[in-house]
Formats: sequence, structure tokens, C-alpha cells
Amino acid sequence: MRRALAVLLLSLPALAAAALSDEQQARYDALIRELRCLVCQNETIADSTAPLAADLRQQVEAQIAAGRSDAEIKRYLTDRYGDFVLYRPPFKAKTWLLWGGPFVVLLFALIVALRFARARKVAAPAAVDREALQRLLAEEYRREPKPDVESR
Amino acid sequence: MIPELGHFALIAALVVAILQAAVPALGVVRRDRRLMAVAGSAAQTQFALIFAAYLCLSYAFVTRDWSVAYVAANSHSDLPLVYRATAVWGAHEGSMLLWMLMLSGWSAAVSVFNRRLPPDLVATALAVLGALSIGFLLFILLTSNPFDLNFPVPEDGRDLNPLLQDPGFVIHPPMLYMGYVGFSVAFAFAIAALISGRLDAAWARWTRPWTTTAWLFLTCGITLGSWWAYNELGWGGWWFWDPVENASFMPWLVGTALIHSLAVTEKRDQMKAWTVLLAILAFALSLLGTFLVRSGVLVSVHAFATDPARGVFILTFLAIVLGIAFTLYAWRAPKFVSQADFALFSREGLLLLNNVFLVVAATAVLLGTLYPLVIDALNAGKVSVGPPYFNAVFIPLTAPLAVLVGFASAVGWKRAKAREVWKRMRAPAAIAVVLGLALPWLLGHPTKLVAIAGGMLALWVIVTALQEIVRRVRARRDRLQGLTQIPRAVWGMTIAHLGLGVWVLGISFVSLYSVEKDVRLGPGQAATLSGYDFLFQGTEPRRGPNYDADHGTVEVRRDGRTVATLTPEKRLYHATGQLMTESSVDHNALRDLYVALGEPIDKNNAAGDWALRVYYKPMMRLVWWGGFIMAFGGLVAASDRRYRLAKLREAATSGAEAAA
Repeated sequence: MRRALAVLLLSLPALAAAALSDEQQARYDALIRELRCLVCQNETIADSTAPLAADLRQQVEAQIAAGRSDAEIKRYLTDRYGDFVLYRPPFKAKTWLLWGGPFVVLLFALIVALRFARARKVAAPAAVDREALQRLLAEEYRREPKPDVESR
Repeated sequence: MIPELGHFALIAALVVAILQAAVPALGVVRRDRRLMAVAGSAAQTQFALIFAAYLCLSYAFVTRDWSVAYVAANSHSDLPLVYRATAVWGAHEGSMLLWMLMLSGWSAAVSVFNRRLPPDLVATALAVLGALSIGFLLFILLTSNPFDLNFPVPEDGRDLNPLLQDPGFVIHPPMLYMGYVGFSVAFAFAIAALISGRLDAAWARWTRPWTTTAWLFLTCGITLGSWWAYNELGWGGWWFWDPVENASFMPWLVGTALIHSLAVTEKRDQMKAWTVLLAILAFALSLLGTFLVRSGVLVSVHAFATDPARGVFILTFLAIVLGIAFTLYAWRAPKFVSQADFALFSREGLLLLNNVFLVVAATAVLLGTLYPLVIDALNAGKVSVGPPYFNAVFIPLTAPLAVLVGFASAVGWKRAKAREVWKRMRAPAAIAVVLGLALPWLLGHPTKLVAIAGGMLALWVIVTALQEIVRRVRARRDRLQGLTQIPRAVWGMTIAHLGLGVWVLGISFVSLYSVEKDVRLGPGQAATLSGYDFLFQGTEPRRGPNYDADHGTVEVRRDGRTVATLTPEKRLYHATGQLMTESSVDHNALRDLYVALGEPIDKNNAAGDWALRVYYKPMMRLVWWGGFIMAFGGLVAASDRRYRLAKLREAATSGAEAAA
């Protein structure tokens, strides 16, 4: 509605008339959730009430109505405002670590964990530890006479 | 007079904290029990002093003492009493005081419930907590003193941020800080274990209830924060992947991993070095979160550079604490590293995988939170990392966890037989698949692949948790006895896992099937959304204690029948002149109906047309119920009798020793 409001205030009847088809509306709804309001603390242009956000929403709507693709609209916006406007950072040299990092770390961690679990050999626990463990286990079974109830 | 007393109490607390850090440490070196015993009384004295300071600040707020700069900046004479009493944590200085209150509270609790561990271990842990107190008290006194005075005294305060004038704000920060700071106990005991070189099952058993308790508070705090944002921000969103949220979510993820690895350490005396590392990391992330939120670095790297006193202090403190902790770890931990004594397909193996996924998920959140800061600091331009990134990365990293959870109790320690596990798991798996496929259809939603996948995972978690209870009940001839014999630890785990299932179900459905609409309505006009008619009946002016509101009424009808009357407001707070949107929600287990008032279309429009935002959000409640159920599971697990029994036995033994 704020979008319609902005349109109204700017009294641009040509744009206000540009009703979106259902498919275009869905694209619009998705797109404004991925664009940052540049003057707000941390809000999408869908959420923000700032005039700039209203202006950007109106631009997105007009461009969708004019038949531009999402990529074209994003390029138009990043040309003017830089990557900062995109909440989904583009994949480029500056961000490969961001996108790839978690999965590289996962791969590495899985390999380490698997190797650890595979390379098992029964290491003799230190005497003190074993004693402590025995004590604890013994007392547990004393309190809970039915050993089928395992406790975690 | 009262503010000066508060200030004095803080200085006295600093002196006590120095004693708490130094004297027991000396006692440990000299093996002098009397010096070690100072730790406990120092921790309790420190808590009393901080609590006194906290009461002084609260008193200044309640009595509208504008001579205190912090009070004048964050309160107003018209502010209702409940918000004056809680405005203490409405901004930076008071938040740090709350942090300290929690830290000293946890330390005092450790000094009271400490009978199970050797005295030198307790003394070391309390000394570590005392050292942390020194850092934070210095930070408060040098850079963020809430008792700084104003001259000349202003006529009235500048008011509490209207966003914070909400019931959610009254309980959310204390819960969150309680959890956040609670990981300091696990940290202190990890350090004590490293120093003393003793790390056994008894240590793990002792650390577990503390960690679980901190975790359950953090869970509640995060859940309440989400609920507050949903109600107060007026966007209908419940999680924004905002850096401030991430700051509390990272310790939660690592804390969850810690709870699970502690189980392995206690039951099987394995993964000890890893458990200690997690205990250090969980608190490290709490400290990092404090730095991110409190230094101003999030607002802008450059804002941080222009007023660096606070940021530099915390960063230096962070570097010292973590530097010492990790050096100590690198030096002492190899002693605890053992080779795995379990097959990959065993409870230990699956818990190890659980830890891998949780820690990697926390790493992803950390990366996404810090990346824009680092890029900006390197002058490589500005990037935004928002929800599209986090959803794309976080969901594939955590979905496997939901699969793993289903095996929680079916797979035994040490080594499990795949055939037996399959026998037990095939029924729940079939139920989850079939019901998951049908669920969107049963609830009247269009079929979406991701919703089906989410529903299946959620049902898998829920059904396997219920199956465990049923299995334990049926294992006895006397069913009732079977039910009452289930240890609380098992109840706790099962309830927490149930909560996870409910949470996943809620998230899947609310994310995929929410519908929203921006509409322009005049009185008497209606908008239709997902079969509900939202009939706008106009607004009327209404006066609150410290604001004027346009009080709207929206009647929601379905098939001609009224199902709810919603009353969203647009408030103008007098003191600050800020406009706030007060949303209105009708909810049940299956859906939320949410209305927020936007703007009047035209102030001079006699018709009274308004811009409104209406939402239909299916299963929204399940997200928060899931969070609270998880926290409740933690509460049940932490109250398991074996923790209390051990305490009683210990008391009896020491009594006998004294008699002898």
C-alpha cells in the first residue's frame, strides 16, 4: 500500500495504472525482500517506511511493468548504489569466501570427524578416570536397580 | 545520594572481584584451603554489591531522578512504572550493569552449589569468574558508568525508546543475558580443568546441569526476542538474521553442541578435549556478541572508529581472555586427547556428527555476520549479507541435524547394529513420509516440495521422540511404573527434541505459506486474504499514558462469521515525537491473523482511508512454542535426580568426615 501511496503522492498516473500480472506481482514481492533500504539500520525496502524505500519500490514496480528481468533491475540498482543494496550478495571474487566458506569448513570437519572415528583403537583410559567412571556407574546402578532403563 | 551509593557499590565490587581472582589463585598454588575458601565469600559479597548497585539504579529510574545522566536519557516522567523499573536495561550502560549482575549471580550460585568437586577446582573456577568480573567492572567504571551525573539537571527525561515499551522487553533481556552470561560457568570450569589437569566423568557430570541451565535461559531469551520483534516492529517478521540476533544465536548453536558433547564426556569419558574447546568457544562467542552489540561497530565500522573507547576496551579484553584460554588449551589439552573408542555408527558417532553440523552452522552465521564488517574495514566496498544468504547456507547445514535427532535414543553407545536400528526406525520413518506428504493437503495448502520436506523432518523428529516414551512405558509389565521410572534426563531430552520438531514444523509452514497484502481501506471497506475478510471499521483517537494513538478496529470474518476483532494502533509518543506501529494479532495453533496500520492516506481526507498491512501466517505459534518446549526440556533435564543425589551423598560424606 505504501507503494501505491508513493505513486499517488508523486501523482504519476501512468505508473499507477501499470497493474502487474500475478506472475509479475510475485516477482515484485520476492524482489523487494532482497533489496536493502540504504538509509535504514537494517531493513529491506519491503519493510521500511523511509521515503527512499518507497521510491525504490516504485522503481522496481515500474521496471517490472516495463518488462525488465530481475537481473536487469538488480544491475540497474547496483550500478547506482553498489552491491550494498543487495541482501543476497552476488557471487564474485570478493564474496567467494562468504559463499564457499561454510561448505569448505563442513567438508573439512566431516573428514576430520570421520578419520577420528575410523582410526579407533582402544586406548587405555588413565587409571584415575577409570576409577571415577566405575564409581559413577556403580552408583547409578545402585540407584536404578533395573538396568534396562538407561539414562542419558 | 542514592546514585553515589550505587557508584560506590560498583567500586567496592571491583575491589572484591580483585580479591576473588587473586586470593584463591594463591591458595591453589600454595595448597592452602583457607585461601581457597575466600573465593566463595568473595563471590557472594560481589553479588550483593552489584545487586545493591542495580537496586540504586532502579530506584533512580522509579523516582525519576534526572540528575543521573543515564536515567534522564532513557526515561520520562510519563513513562509507566513497569517500564521505568525495567528501563535500566534500555540502553548501553544499564545493559552492562545487567550483564555484571548476571555474571556475579552465576558466580555466587557456583559458590553455593559447589560440594561435588575438589576445592582447588572450585577455587580456580571462581578465580576465573572473578577475573572476568574485573574486566567488565573496569569497562563499566571507565567507559560506561550508569551513575554519571548530569549538570544542570534537566527538567524531564528524554524517554525510553518507544520500541522498547512492550511487555516483551520486560523479560527478554534478562532471560537472554542470563543465558549468554551463564556460559561463563562452563568456561570457568573448562579453564579450571585445563589448569588442574583433571578432566573426568565427574567433571562432566558437574558441568552439565550448569550448561543446560544457561542454555535453557538463552533459548527462552531468543524465543522471546523473536516474539517481541514480531509484535513490535510491525513487519510480521519473526527472525531477521540481524547481526544483533546472530550475536545471541551463535553461542546458542555452540552451546547446543556443548550440551551434546558433555553427554559423551560424562557417559563414555570420550571427546574430552573437544568438550573443553566447545565450552571455551561458547563463551568466546558470548563475548564476541557483546563486543558486536556494545561497541557500535555494527552501526558502522566508521562510527566505531570515531568513538573507539568502548570498542577498543572490549576488543582488548576479548583478545586477552581468549588469548589466555586458547594458549592454555593448546598447552594442556593434548593430555586429554584420546583415540575414539566407538564405532562410527553409535551414539557417540552420531553425537560427533551433531557437533560437526552445529559448529559449522555457527561458523556460517559468524562468517555472514562479520563479512560485511571485514570488507568495509578493508575498504573493499560495502556488501550486505541478509536473509537470502543465511537461508541459502544455514538450512542445508542444519537439515541433517533433524535427521540425526531421530536416532537419538535408538542408537546405543559404543556400537550399534544397523539391522536392529532399522527395525525400530522403519515405522516412524514411514509415518513421517506419509503424513509429511499429506500434511499440506490436510491443512488446505497448495503442495510445495520444500514444505513437504520440512514437514517430513518435523514429523520424523516428533514421532521418534514419542516412540521412545512409548517404548520405555511398554518395557514394563506395569505400564504406570514404566512411565514413572523414566529418568528426568530422558524426559528432558525427549521433550527438547519434541520442541525441535514443533519448531521445524512451524518454520516450514510459516515460511512457505504466509500471505500478506498491502491494502488501502476506508471505513466499511474490506480486503480478502486466504479466505478471511478483513473489514476495516475506521480509527478513533485514543490517549495512552505517554502517547496519542489512532486506534483502528478491523473485524475479521470467515464465511460471514466474525472470527476476531483486531485493534492495531498508530502511536505518537509525546516525549520523543516518534511514531510507532502497534500491530494486533489473533492467533490459534494453526494460524495467526496479523494487522498493522500503515499511514493515513491523506491527513485531510475526511473519509479516513488508511494504508494497512494484513497477514495470514499459518502455524506461526509453533515456532515460539517449539522454543519454549525446548527450554522446558532443558529444565527437566537439569533437574535430574542424579545431579541432586550426588550432592546429598557428598553432603553426607563430608558430614561423616567432620564427625570422624
